Amino acid sequence: MFGLTKRDTTLLLVVAVLTIFAPFILNPFPEGSAMAQFNAGYPDLMQRLVIFGIFAIGFNILFGLTGYLSFGHAAFLGVGSYAAIWMMKLLTMNVIPAIMISVLVAGLFSLLVGWISLRRSGIYFSILTLAFAQMSYSLAYSVLTPITGGETGLQPKVNDPRILDAALTEGQNPRANLFGLEMGTSYEMAVGGWIFTFNAGYYIAAIVMLLAFYLSIRIFRSPFGMMLRAVKSNQQRLNYTGLNAKPYTLAAFVISGMYAGLAGGLLVAMDTQVGAERMFWTASGEVVLMTILGGAGTLIGPVLGAGFIKYMENIVSKINKTVLEQWFAFMPDGIEDFFITIVYPFVGKGWHLTLGLLFMMVVIFLPGGLVQGGQKVAGLFKRKKPVDDKPDGKTTPAE
Amino acid sequence: MSKSNFTRRGLIKTGAVAGAAGLTLPTYLRADGHSGFTNAPTGDTVTLGFNVPQSGPYADEGADELRAYELAVEHLNGTGADNGMLETFSSKSLQGNGILGKKVEYVTGDTQTKSDAARASARSMIEKDGAVMITGGSSSGVAVAVQALCQEAGVIFMAGLTHSNDTTGKDRKANGFRHFFNSYMSGAALAPVLEANYGSDRKAYHLTADYNWGYTTEEAVKSSTEAMGWETVNTVLTPLTQTDFSSYIAPVLQSGADVLVLNHYGGNMVNSLTNAVQFGLRDKQVNGKNFEIVVPLYSRLMAKGAGANVKGIFGSTNWHWSLQDEGSKAFVQSFGTKYGFPPSQAAHTCYVQALLYADAVERAGSFNPCAVVEALEDFEFDGMGNGPTLYRGEDHQCFKDVLVVKGKENPTSEFDLLEIVEVTPVEQVTYAPDHPQFAGGNMGTCNPGA
Repeated sequence: MFGLTKRDTTLLLVVAVLTIFAPFILNPFPEGSAMAQFNAGYPDLMQRLVIFGIFAIGFNILFGLTGYLSFGHAAFLGVGSYAAIWMMKLLTMNVIPAIMISVLVAGLFSLLVGWISLRRSGIYFSILTLAFAQMSYSLAYSVLTPITGGETGLQPKVNDPRILDAALTEGQNPRANLFGLEMGTSYEMAVGGWIFTFNAGYYIAAIVMLLAFYLSIRIFRSPFGMMLRAVKSNQQRLNYTGLNAKPYTLAAFVISGMYAGLAGGLLVAMDTQVGAERMFWTASGEVVLMTILGGAGTLIGPVLGAGFIKYMENIVSKINKTVLEQWFAFMPDGIEDFFITIVYPFVGKGWHLTLGLLFMMVVIFLPGGLVQGGQKVAGLFKRKKPVDDKPDGKTTPAE
Repeated sequence: MSKSNFTRRGLIKTGAVAGAAGLTLPTYLRADGHSGFTNAPTGDTVTLGFNVPQSGPYADEGADELRAYELAVEHLNGTGADNGMLETFSSKSLQGNGILGKKVEYVTGDTQTKSDAARASARSMIEKDGAVMITGGSSSGVAVAVQALCQEAGVIFMAGLTHSNDTTGKDRKANGFRHFFNSYMSGAALAPVLEANYGSDRKAYHLTADYNWGYTTEEAVKSSTEAMGWETVNTVLTPLTQTDFSSYIAPVLQSGADVLVLNHYGGNMVNSLTNAVQFGLRDKQVNGKNFEIVVPLYSRLMAKGAGANVKGIFGSTNWHWSLQDEGSKAFVQSFGTKYGFPPSQAAHTCYVQALLYADAVERAGSFNPCAVVEALEDFEFDGMGNGPTLYRGEDHQCFKDVLVVKGKENPTSEFDLLEIVEVTPVEQVTYAPDHPQFAGGNMGTCNPGA
């Protein structure tokens, strides 16, 4: 189906089903119960999960296939975001032009950065991209304040020109929409103690994510994808056979830059604001973490990694002392305090610590990321030795 | 089509009742079908969102803000050791039984001092936890970003520590309120004190942190000092991430300036001031006068970081724990009893904001943001430190006395680092809502979110 092998079609369908039913899957606990803390089925987080999924899928096309580790991908996300918000300020609050221009601008910017950075490989390439990203961040934060809003960032304002939109009526706020359908529109379904939220913005982002995922499968399976894998396994050998690898790597770089721009544009469409921090080097590092955590070079891995990290950031970071006290309230006083003291450093503001420990464990025990973990579990039930060299996107170095 | 942005918790009760009969048909819900505004509290509790920096450069201030909020919640619910400022607050509508009889609960989030992270955290409070008001923050970028979000979502935003003019200037919003003072007020309060101490014939050199707050502060100090006759020799922008300011200090001496103004905050100010003092600027004589240093925005945490270098250096602050009015004493007393040390100005402004919100809800008789906005606009109060205060309706900025402080020569403890030089009366720091430094904003109208 769609020009995919049976196996890939199944994967695509699984991802599609997961995203469509995410409001159910992410809200397993009834409202008001103690476990409701772990529910992630609210619009903001669901949107972020799929958008950062797109970001990581794009990053994986570069890193997973060619092995070029870019440490500056957040710059493309940021540039895309700024482009999108300017479309919303000048043209229309409709998200379509905003998203299109964000992909375009990020693509052009990544062409420039890639053209320069790809002259080097390995650690030098990483440092060059990092330098570009930090440069973009500093420019956006201070020098380019008239264009970027600096520290304050940009938001659509009531008195922006927006030449395509009808004038706002008194008291109306500019809201991102798709031909009138506002991104914040939600339909809530109450079933028993559960509340499931179906958000328009989420489904639009989810559709875009599925398209992006489909495109990435096609790239992985194409001759072009094969060339990129060849670059990863041995670029020197490729050069000796008379092939110039540069156009291939540059194309991969620009494609992944456009993916980042798409994610940036969608972020603005869902939450109409841009801050320079989204280009900071930690944001670039985050997408590297997502990809490695999920499984670099696999199709589904980056999406899983992105979901995992965003979940930790938004859910674990909100567990504070009061919540812990509620959890351990059934214990005798002394033991309760003991448990709270033990757990507290790992939740709330300590979520980075938990994430760091998990990341270490994944890298040590599951070098192939969460995907490898899944394969191991599946292997336990299959009784058959799992075959690793199936075309599931997992690459092994040629030597 | 549903326009029900950000509605969750307000509907849970209904859902639970409907769900009690087992599986029900999906209910098609609109916020205004129920109570007309986002996250209307329906049970016997109300949830407030405390969005403060728990990691990043302002984590210390965030921690102090959170302590203040916890104290405020205790006082509002009447479960604390005492009643803090409720005793001294001029409005007596708060009874210590929650807000409108509903027990106050809260959720916390980490802004990381990043506008994106702050918005994500605030959105989760609104969408997931059903917060009806968001408050906190320790930088203007975050305040502006979260304020815009609250305007869109239809909840009230009570700003924490944010000093840039923009928060109630070009980025003002109808659903946002600021108790803290701003750059303009700092300039207006400092100028007369500087004139009295250093004379009206001075040449100033500005080092300014290269971001929005730095720009507005530089502009405010520059225009107030130039108005009394000072000359501005040069203004130099320094990167926010700079930690060594030696290369910026050296040219100051060659410029012929005799005053150095450090428009820096937090770690920037600690480093630049330390560098300036190490270079011996304060022992120099230029143009026959002693060389002086001025820090427009002071905080106790900064003074602590800079140590002995702050001695004798002038700056302005929103509030200081050594104030002797009844409100300040009551607050310092209950904060000190609970935590064992005096509160910072960030803690004070957050505590006051929480109480002001609760009081406005009580007086309005409703949690509806539009009713709260109406109750807070042009509200005059006293007994919260800072003397009689006005919440101006045109821009939602508080107008109150501003403190000019100076680094203490002989500190008695690690908290006793600043001494109050002058309490600048409110008339002197009041400006027109369309003052050039605040122009370009459009507040819009209050948004209840339905």
